[in-house]
Amino acid sequence: MKYLDDYRDGEAVRRLADAIDRAVTRPWTIMEVCGGQTHSIVRFGLDTLLPKEITLVHGPGCPVCVTPARLVDAAIALARRREVTLCSFGDMLRVPGTRDDLFRAKSEGGDVRIVYSPMDALEIAVNHPAREVVFFAVGFETTAPANAMAVHQAKARGVRNFSILCSHVLVPPAMEAVLAAPDNRVQGFLAAGHVCAIMGWEEYLPIAARHRVPIVVTGFEPVDLLQGVLHCVRQLEEGRAEVENQYARWVRREGNPAARDLVREVFEVIPREWRGIGALPSSGLGLSEAYADFDAARRFALDDQSEAETDSGCVSGLILQGRLKPEECPHFGAGCTPEHPLGATMVSDEGACAAYYRYRRSEREVPA
Amino acid sequence: MKEFACPLPADMGDTVQLSHGGGGVMMHRLLERVVFPALGDDPARAHHDGAVVDAVGGTRLAFTTDTYVVRPRFFPGGDIGSLAVHGAVNDLAMCGARPKWLSVGLILEEGLPMDELRRVLESLRRAADEAGVTVVTGDTKVVDRGKGDGLYLNTAAIGVVEHSLDIGPASLRDGDVILLSGDIGRHGIAVMAAREGLAFETTIQSDSAPLHEPVLAMLDAGLPVHCLRDLTRGGLAAALKELMRDSGLTARIREADIPVEPQVRGACEMLGLDPLQVANEGRMIVFLPAEMAEKALAVLRRFPETQNAVKIGTVSAEQKGRVVLESVIGTRRVVEMPPGEQLPRIC
Repeated sequence: MKYLDDYRDGEAVRRLADAIDRAVTRPWTIMEVCGGQTHSIVRFGLDTLLPKEITLVHGPGCPVCVTPARLVDAAIALARRREVTLCSFGDMLRVPGTRDDLFRAKSEGGDVRIVYSPMDALEIAVNHPAREVVFFAVGFETTAPANAMAVHQAKARGVRNFSILCSHVLVPPAMEAVLAAPDNRVQGFLAAGHVCAIMGWEEYLPIAARHRVPIVVTGFEPVDLLQGVLHCVRQLEEGRAEVENQYARWVRREGNPAARDLVREVFEVIPREWRGIGALPSSGLGLSEAYADFDAARRFALDDQSEAETDSGCVSGLILQGRLKPEECPHFGAGCTPEHPLGATMVSDEGACAAYYRYRRSEREVPA
Repeated sequence: MKEFACPLPADMGDTVQLSHGGGGVMMHRLLERVVFPALGDDPARAHHDGAVVDAVGGTRLAFTTDTYVVRPRFFPGGDIGSLAVHGAVNDLAMCGARPKWLSVGLILEEGLPMDELRRVLESLRRAADEAGVTVVTGDTKVVDRGKGDGLYLNTAAIGVVEHSLDIGPASLRDGDVILLSGDIGRHGIAVMAAREGLAFETTIQSDSAPLHEPVLAMLDAGLPVHCLRDLTRGGLAAALKELMRDSGLTARIREADIPVEPQVRGACEMLGLDPLQVANEGRMIVFLPAEMAEKALAVLRRFPETQNAVKIGTVSAEQKGRVVLESVIGTRRVVEMPPGEQLPRIC
């Protein structure tokens, strides 16, 4: 972990904060796209080290948060079927659907299992041939290769009792949506380093050019994030709008071609609904025709008859677009807590509200 | 909650969920809203690991019980048998008591291999011998196949309190130092790595160990211990938060002073876990006056299970009920209890 320590070095952090302070002459608003970055910023209090001119706003990059309620409902409906074993990342279990969550389905007898990889779900399918094993595949470009691999292997190995409930979304369309909003205030982006490790950063070039915004591919540790902010601020101050790569230790311009090819083979780009944001064209991935047999929605003929999402008072859509901060929500820490969330941003480890709740709740205490 | 047309489960829910047993916020709610009200209030019931009761003749006894459902039953560094002894012994140790007698309740599932039962019992016996406790009573039940999960264990233990200190959250004082008996997070990660379905390997051993000897040595040395707490589910975060909430004080700790093995840290980074919230079974925090810190550390470091004890922070009277962590880069954040379970059935 020596390697990690280098990127959490107090002295390096202070030097970078000073450099940002010297570089800044006027106010700038920068969005970190990824919820992992939000979490790191709040956990380490990096925003408190920045000069007052810099406002960091938190972006839509939390896959659990943007998964639509009707897909959570679909997962719950699957979990309640006797023949189904539903596998999911742990985060998804507490995310509210329109009425329930997966924890509830589990406590009522549904076979719901927490896994750390889709490959684990595939192994469960191999070892339990009498069960229909469904993996709830949520995520951005980062988890797409692993999910693609699971489906690819299922097909190659002839595992017929495995399928995925797919809710994959893509980062660039979300950035475009943020920039296109009439009241957008984001002037620069820290792009998600791990997404770019897979996809490369060429697809950000047209966004930077079209919207005149600097985009800095940035990592997740304190030193990474402050370097990203510094690069972004320098560009803004100098009137540049380029794509820069702070995370060069992991990210190449072309990304990871093998992973990209696998994703391209198994998935195709489709329109997706984003929870709290709405439908965005070409903003997600669905299984391609060649792998359609592994689509749980098709296998179980899931029709979209879920009720409209009740207004829970949750403003996660505004949070996810960087238009509100968690503490500005009247329900934050009062009617909305990680145990009883009104929205997914309070649940996920990458959700902005959960990060604020975990690390920054100042006066509000856990109710008795 | 009335103003929202909220589709979420009612506050307590109408079914028990796994997170109600996770040692976090959900479990505390279950205790405070369902369990404690039903059982009535008794002054002897400290919100502490064990209860200290006055026996006939002026002797003070410490009494505790715990149930073990860990999966898998055998994990690197221990098993359900040794865990059941260490858990009970440590609950007594946190009252400053000398563990004496143990009861063992077995709930066995039809079909459990006899050899596995033998191995668990041998391990339990060995751990009891090492800790100086005697199994004096017990009970055995067998349930239908499919109605248990192989083997559940319950232990209750009685110890003798040989000091006159009042060890508990009520004795915490402004200025107390906080000592941590060793590195954190091993048990949770060891169990996680051993669990079927998690393709994840480490050589991390559980920290499961009895802590009564170092505790009794501190008391024998005349150290005025204010409070002790073993770190179990919910980890260091839950233990500190619970004590601060109960005492109304604030704990200030330094991240850089909290030992975490590189492998545990790596696993936590990978799995998105906070080492502060990961379970332990052989670690404790000790609170005592600042001027006694060095003497206490010297005593603790004489014992293998607490040889890496360190000072991690202090207690202050400001801002009620909080735990504040100074991060490795010098910024500050609050430390909260995990909401539910990070991983179910770790003990």
